[in-house]
Amino acid sequence: MLDTLHTLEVVRRRGIVSRWGVGAVLVAVVGWLGCTVAVSPNLEWTVVGRYFLATPVIEGVGVTLVLTFATLGIGLVLGAALAMMMQSRNPVLSAAASGYVWFFRGVPLVVQIVFWFNLSLLFPTLGFAPTNQVVTPFLAALLGLGLHEAAYLAEIIRGGFLAVPRGQVDAALTIGMTRATATRTIVLPQSIRVILPALGNQFILILKGTSLVSVIGGGDLMTRAQQIYGQNYQVIALLLVATGWYLVLVTVASIGQRFLERWAVA
Amino acid sequence: MVGGLRLRGIRKSFGAQEVLRGVDLDVAPGEVVCVIGPSGSGKSTLLRCVNHLEPVDAGFVLVDDSLVGYEHRDGRLFESSERDVARTRRRMGMVFQQFNLFSHLTAVRNVTLGPVRVLGRDPREAEQEARGLLARVGLAAHADKLPAQLSGGQQQRVAIARAMAMKPAVMLFDEPTSALDPELVGEVLTVMHDLAAQGMTMIVVTHEIGFAHDVADTVVFMDEGVIVESGPAEQVLLSPKSERTAAFLAHVRRHPRKEHDHA
Repeated sequence: MLDTLHTLEVVRRRGIVSRWGVGAVLVAVVGWLGCTVAVSPNLEWTVVGRYFLATPVIEGVGVTLVLTFATLGIGLVLGAALAMMMQSRNPVLSAAASGYVWFFRGVPLVVQIVFWFNLSLLFPTLGFAPTNQVVTPFLAALLGLGLHEAAYLAEIIRGGFLAVPRGQVDAALTIGMTRATATRTIVLPQSIRVILPALGNQFILILKGTSLVSVIGGGDLMTRAQQIYGQNYQVIALLLVATGWYLVLVTVASIGQRFLERWAVA
Repeated sequence: MVGGLRLRGIRKSFGAQEVLRGVDLDVAPGEVVCVIGPSGSGKSTLLRCVNHLEPVDAGFVLVDDSLVGYEHRDGRLFESSERDVARTRRRMGMVFQQFNLFSHLTAVRNVTLGPVRVLGRDPREAEQEARGLLARVGLAAHADKLPAQLSGGQQQRVAIARAMAMKPAVMLFDEPTSALDPELVGEVLTVMHDLAAQGMTMIVVTHEIGFAHDVADTVVFMDEGVIVESGPAEQVLLSPKSERTAAFLAHVRRHPRKEHDHA
């Protein structure tokens, strides 16, 4: 028998649940839900089509993108500074940075945004100008998002720093570098490889997080959608417009993230 | 000749544990000193105190009559500025047990980084010199590889070239072969042998008793944070005066492989 064994066909074990079975159930459920929504007489697809490329919506997309990149920029600069402070041997600096992260990570983003928006209640004037003229809804949104994001990015960047072996800093010091030069030339370039994947994720979170500024009329995509359905009562249709745009933006961001990661690993 | 070292009364504690309990050591220019002793005896800490990677709690280090890490003013020792410490430090090259190459840079960039970034040398000139140094340690063909593409022995030879590129007066070796596979130890020791033959002042913390015997002028035996015995290599290694030295040497000779496993 042994000498014919190698001629026999091999039959692989299947998983307990059949792919076809699971697939059929999924298609049925999702299809039914989708159809129900799609054919609902209460949802006017023509409204979705009409507003998807309407000027206020496109402007809102623009504001959302500007807010996202500006938030990332503020978060990165401030976050890197905070990460360095947390690494510092000066206890005052490291405590201040840790305190910042504790506070701005601990308070809900929407609370922070509403606070900056209402800054004039605390300080009616800033210098010569009335606070409301300086802190526009856009600036209030940017402050809320940026300061909050910095707390998260500080932790991510600090993690990146920790991933670079301490010994390399020792080696840099022995060839006569100062600690600051060693951080710039040895630690930063290497920590970027650890930071980048997390950063892609964070970018997507910020992108969606900007929708919170609609509570102060920040002028982003969500704000515009709300303004439009406030007038025509097509709530679901406008939410679908917003959903479509967020998914488009997130999809593009995800593809960008893949490229960045491949570049960082190479 | 340059490269003399004087250590006086070096003390160092980590928390409640006193790792160095008053160490005196003189190293003449061109002298090779091997420091041996059991794990935890303070050998590596002593080396890190010499170039102020660890600030000492008491005592001082002189390299060619200038204080390391401190300035003598008004009858007191003030810790120097970071810039001044860095300036003094680059007169002492250091080679680590774990190589500590900059892993994002090729071998030749590892070697040129110091001369270019710290000394402000012309990058092309520095690269030429770096390739020369890498050739001297037998790595001409590997100059453009990243550390991860090199064996441990090759990485350690790059690390030696990196230290030499700063033209140090003294070289400090912290168990340079302890992390290497046994068959790679020889190539690193050969490079160190050549350096010693060229008159480099060296302090080598090592478990390689054979190397100490062949190359060292002086062997120092440390235990529990003090120097127990020091003298000419031949004398300390072959007819130690202290019983602790004799016991340690007997142990190392009986279990030579075990010493490689120590981290």
